[in-house]
Amino acid sequence: MIRQEKMTVVAQKQIATNIFELTLQGQLVQDMTPGQFVHVKVSNTFEPLLRRPISIANVDKEKNEFTMIYRAEGRGTKFLATNRENEIVDVLGPLGNGFPVEAAKPGQIALLVGGGIGVPPLHELAKQLNARGVKTIHVLGFQSEDVCFYEEQFTALGDTYYATVDGTKGTKGFVTTVFDEVKPEFDLFYSCGPLPMLRALEGYYPEKEGYLSFEERMGCGIGACFACVCDTTEGYGKDYVKVCSDGPVFPKGVVAL
Amino acid sequence: MSRLNLQLPGLDLKNPIMPASGCFGFGREYAQLYDLSKLGAIMIKATTVETRKGNPTPRVAETSAGMLNAIGLQNPGIEKVMDEELKFLESYDVPVIANVAGTEVADYVEVADRISKASNVKALELNISCPNVKCGGIQFGTDPETARQLTAAVKAVSSVPVYVKLSPNVTNIVDIAKAVEAGGADGITMINTLVGMRLDERTGKPVIANGTGGLSGPAIKPVAIRMVYDVYKAVNIPIIGMGGVTCAQDVIDFMSAGASAVAVGTANFVDHFVCPTIIEELPVLLDTLNVKRISEIIGRSHR
Repeated sequence: MIRQEKMTVVAQKQIATNIFELTLQGQLVQDMTPGQFVHVKVSNTFEPLLRRPISIANVDKEKNEFTMIYRAEGRGTKFLATNRENEIVDVLGPLGNGFPVEAAKPGQIALLVGGGIGVPPLHELAKQLNARGVKTIHVLGFQSEDVCFYEEQFTALGDTYYATVDGTKGTKGFVTTVFDEVKPEFDLFYSCGPLPMLRALEGYYPEKEGYLSFEERMGCGIGACFACVCDTTEGYGKDYVKVCSDGPVFPKGVVAL
Repeated sequence: MSRLNLQLPGLDLKNPIMPASGCFGFGREYAQLYDLSKLGAIMIKATTVETRKGNPTPRVAETSAGMLNAIGLQNPGIEKVMDEELKFLESYDVPVIANVAGTEVADYVEVADRISKASNVKALELNISCPNVKCGGIQFGTDPETARQLTAAVKAVSSVPVYVKLSPNVTNIVDIAKAVEAGGADGITMINTLVGMRLDERTGKPVIANGTGGLSGPAIKPVAIRMVYDVYKAVNIPIIGMGGVTCAQDVIDFMSAGASAVAVGTANFVDHFVCPTIIEELPVLLDTLNVKRISEIIGRSHR
């Protein structure tokens, strides 16, 4: 169920250049699944005005806490980065349909492919897959080493490979360069990241079952405003899907890339 | 009778608050959040004869105290709107104002004729002011004579009262208001969005794929208030005011300027519960103003 809640800041810390990890506490954590997102009101004034959609990186239902990792780049996220412990943040969520964890059967191997700020939702996904006996392999792409994060966390969950555009960490190039090098063997894949990466991934493993998480500029975050609409592939049966409410995660082949 | 109750042509409003067209879809999404029956009315998303695909993305961009949008009237077409969306809304005790759009007069007439027969549609909102589509929309709303003729054509077929939504993107909005009144409009809704543009800081190119978009949000409220104020003086039909409404005080401001009811647009995206919140806050504000019934404040700035 979608709720709007004034959540309490448990911790805020910078974990890489301009990358922040914010932990919030509140009831709506109870309904969160990996791949869903929250819509955050970053200011109590009209500046900036709109909420910011941010993915969920960690869920701790026992403590009623969740973590989001975001890049403080624009006006809104820079504002969000000023929040300190015990301050209150207005959160709407959880929103959208997340990754189908149950699509992977115990004993199977899942390839998790993330790019930049698309990496965070894969962390909670990796945790939940491992918890149900699914082995995970992580291929994470970043611009450079200084914006990489969560190496320890991902490594603890499974084999983790990095690609950086400038070659400062892992393989120089993109996640596809890692595929060529490592030739990972897996049963299905899950991915979140920039469109070119998702497109490349679909093309790389056409025979594999896969789930992709999309990003598009949003207005309302709940499906009412039609801002984040994507075209679908021919024969899907619907002309369009809304990233916020039909997604952000879709099975491979649904969204026209 | 409640102190927030109001009577407008075709509309028996529990309160003067309604979500503005385009900001509320067809109500389904917000129905997950609260009981739609709390609302005075619902202005549904623009409906055209055929399915409309809308514009390429990105379709929205944030601006100072506002946002630009260029959705492009995406909607499933009148058949689906009537069979599915209006049917869905029947389970709520709330009048629907159907926003009617088209590419040519015949389209408007067809949509108006059909949709006005739906049992829960109590009024039409004629969309002659959408700034984001190439054909249909704003070109009907920038010339008084064209606006008058279209209003008259729609009035001739509509089974319910017709409100005309005015564009602020004109030299003299009063001329258009008078023209649609002459064409038989039962009311006016105003204002639609202001045409604007935002450039990307890095590339210098427009952020919105369409180039321009319609500006909405708190930034446009002073423009909307001025226009409602001017039009109120010039016409004898009621006005539903909108443009940057975020709180109960904004509602009082619009009604003081001359609006008989108020629509809430962009604020629904910022606080998804803003409409029921305003409805709860209004009586408190009326107490501080020593006003018994909200209808008493309509046009008080002119008295």
